[in-house]
Amino acid sequence: MKGFLKSVGLLSLVLVCSAFILAGCGEDKAQTIKVGFNLPLTGDIPEVGEGSKNAAEMYLKDINDAGGLEVGGVKYPLEFIYMDNESKAESATNVTLKLIDQEDVIAMIGPNSSKQAVPAGGTANENRTPMISPWSTNPNTTLDRPWVFRAAFLDPFQGPVVADFAAKKFGAKTAAVLFDVSNDYAKGLAEIFKSSWEAKGLGPVVAFESHGTKDQDFSAQLTTIIAANPDFIFVPDNYNQVALIVQQAKDLGYTGPFMGSDAWGTPDLVKLCGDACNGNYFSTHYAAAGAKGATKVFIDRYEAAYGAIPADYAALTWDSIGIMIQAIKNYNKFDADPVEMRKGIREGLAAIKSYDGITGSSKFDAQGDPIKCAVVVKISDQGEFVFEESVCP
Amino acid sequence: MDFILQNILNALQWGSFYALIALGYTLVYGVLRLINFAHGDIFMVGAYIAYAIAWFLLGPAFDLSPLMTFAIAIPLTMALTACVGVTLERIAYRPLRRKGAHRLYVVITALMCGLILEYSNLAVLGASRLKFPELVEKTIWHIGGVTITNLKVIVIFAAIAVYVFLNFIVTKTKIGMAMRGISYDKFAIPLMGIPIDAIIVFTFILGSSFAGLAGLLFAMSYPILEPFMGMIIGWKAFIAAVVGGIGDIRGAFYGGFLLGFIEVGVVTIFPSTYRDLFAFSILLIILWVKPTGLFGMPQSTKI
Repeated sequence: MKGFLKSVGLLSLVLVCSAFILAGCGEDKAQTIKVGFNLPLTGDIPEVGEGSKNAAEMYLKDINDAGGLEVGGVKYPLEFIYMDNESKAESATNVTLKLIDQEDVIAMIGPNSSKQAVPAGGTANENRTPMISPWSTNPNTTLDRPWVFRAAFLDPFQGPVVADFAAKKFGAKTAAVLFDVSNDYAKGLAEIFKSSWEAKGLGPVVAFESHGTKDQDFSAQLTTIIAANPDFIFVPDNYNQVALIVQQAKDLGYTGPFMGSDAWGTPDLVKLCGDACNGNYFSTHYAAAGAKGATKVFIDRYEAAYGAIPADYAALTWDSIGIMIQAIKNYNKFDADPVEMRKGIREGLAAIKSYDGITGSSKFDAQGDPIKCAVVVKISDQGEFVFEESVCP
Repeated sequence: MDFILQNILNALQWGSFYALIALGYTLVYGVLRLINFAHGDIFMVGAYIAYAIAWFLLGPAFDLSPLMTFAIAIPLTMALTACVGVTLERIAYRPLRRKGAHRLYVVITALMCGLILEYSNLAVLGASRLKFPELVEKTIWHIGGVTITNLKVIVIFAAIAVYVFLNFIVTKTKIGMAMRGISYDKFAIPLMGIPIDAIIVFTFILGSSFAGLAGLLFAMSYPILEPFMGMIIGWKAFIAAVVGGIGDIRGAFYGGFLLGFIEVGVVTIFPSTYRDLFAFSILLIILWVKPTGLFGMPQSTKI
């Protein structure tokens, strides 16, 4: 019996191994254009991965229903490969390597959050694969990385937008900040906000408190903040943390306003926060309510397909794919060798000087960063994101 | 002054959760000498069970008032979570115990059970967070410069009540005496005619049902549920139990509050990045001075 089990085990091992070997060489190289997606489908911000994937599926269907993407006079079908980075930095770099080495993608879209996009951008750059991050706003994602691009505005622009708006809207003199110190995005934006608030000379940042990603209790930090009596609290955190922070601040007797950043802008924020978040403001990439033209068409189609209004990351993913397609068209050649194709697409990307997307039109600077407008959105009493004002650079 | 008082209240609330979870660790350890690493995840399951009950009772089928739901949810959550704990004992720990496996294997099994609970939850419910409905209408009291909610009072009161209750069970009742007996010598106890399996099941019922209670209260205080919510708080509660002296009810209770106070205290004074560094350095020093924990006795009768 034991001998039998042993031989069965050995046999299955051999089978599994040969399956791997066969998978590597067996199939005929299909003539498709493979684009990888590095998304947070599980982990802290699953909603973001879901929305991005939905938008990508819509785009993919459009192209492939039309017979594929025309490159050099021949139509090639697109293939999108979605991989989960668990919204962890280390998983994001692993997924990047997997997409590049195993899947032979010619370009990568994502990761969304700067926490993953900054390290993954380094990996993509070292492996000479073009990458577009739809949602990352931290400058380091693309800084000195010729292979990395993005579709969103940058935090050095967003920070002052928030500071200016709060000063005007709340008549605020003092500010407090609470941010996730282990998140590149939150930390970077908190620091930029602090320096731009202090540069205005209205008053000091009276409290600058941090917390960890997995924290659930913020009462100690909030007690310090409330004791400093700020005119408003700026929270550049992910929506799941915002929901806890806003509620705990109310429990501790805080009645003033909150100001948020683009990471707030998900439908889940309202679901998790309940009524507590209503009446607060945040800066973001686009406002779904009152959209016109191509943006409106996108929103209506998305809503019809998935039953929800697309959040900013979904719209930015759509634009990222659009920019990528533009780059492939600029190159206008199909290489069977992904290394050649990647090089060509990078040049195609660098050649794009401006792009009209559904999140507004943008111009690209030397770093590959778009220069585009931001909007400030109010969370209405019905829990809807209502356009408040648009700020352009 | 208000500032300090407010932070003491914050620490009491946060420490209450550590204490409630640590009590479950210590009970099982005291009886079985088993570190039930799945306990933090039983706490998570408790929170999800509470969510399911609340969703069901508030829903159109019953349409109960939130307060009524809360009243029913407490015993129901505790009972159902206890079932999960007992099931784990039945299918994972007992067969190993029967085969006389070394304790190390049982501890590894417990770790695996915890991961299975987390990932089966992830597989069934997905990664999206759930929002726990508000069961008790929140009232915020301002006393001087200090702010406290009714929920905080409930949480702190519950932790103390559970401690008093468990202390009574273990030290004053017959079944408690049997528990202490098993901890003392699990080979002699069956010879005295004490049903060892029944006592162990009872221990798991106690530990898991209070993890369920902690899950319900936690979900009400921090109303966002995710599959991994029990992991870190579970580990920390375990450390609190060890520092208090694992196997000792008092130890778990004071250890939990001690950790709560240290964590809140460090964050109040230093940046939050120092919290775990300071908290665990302090705990390390305590263990260094007293390796058996604050209330632990060197070997022999524990619980």
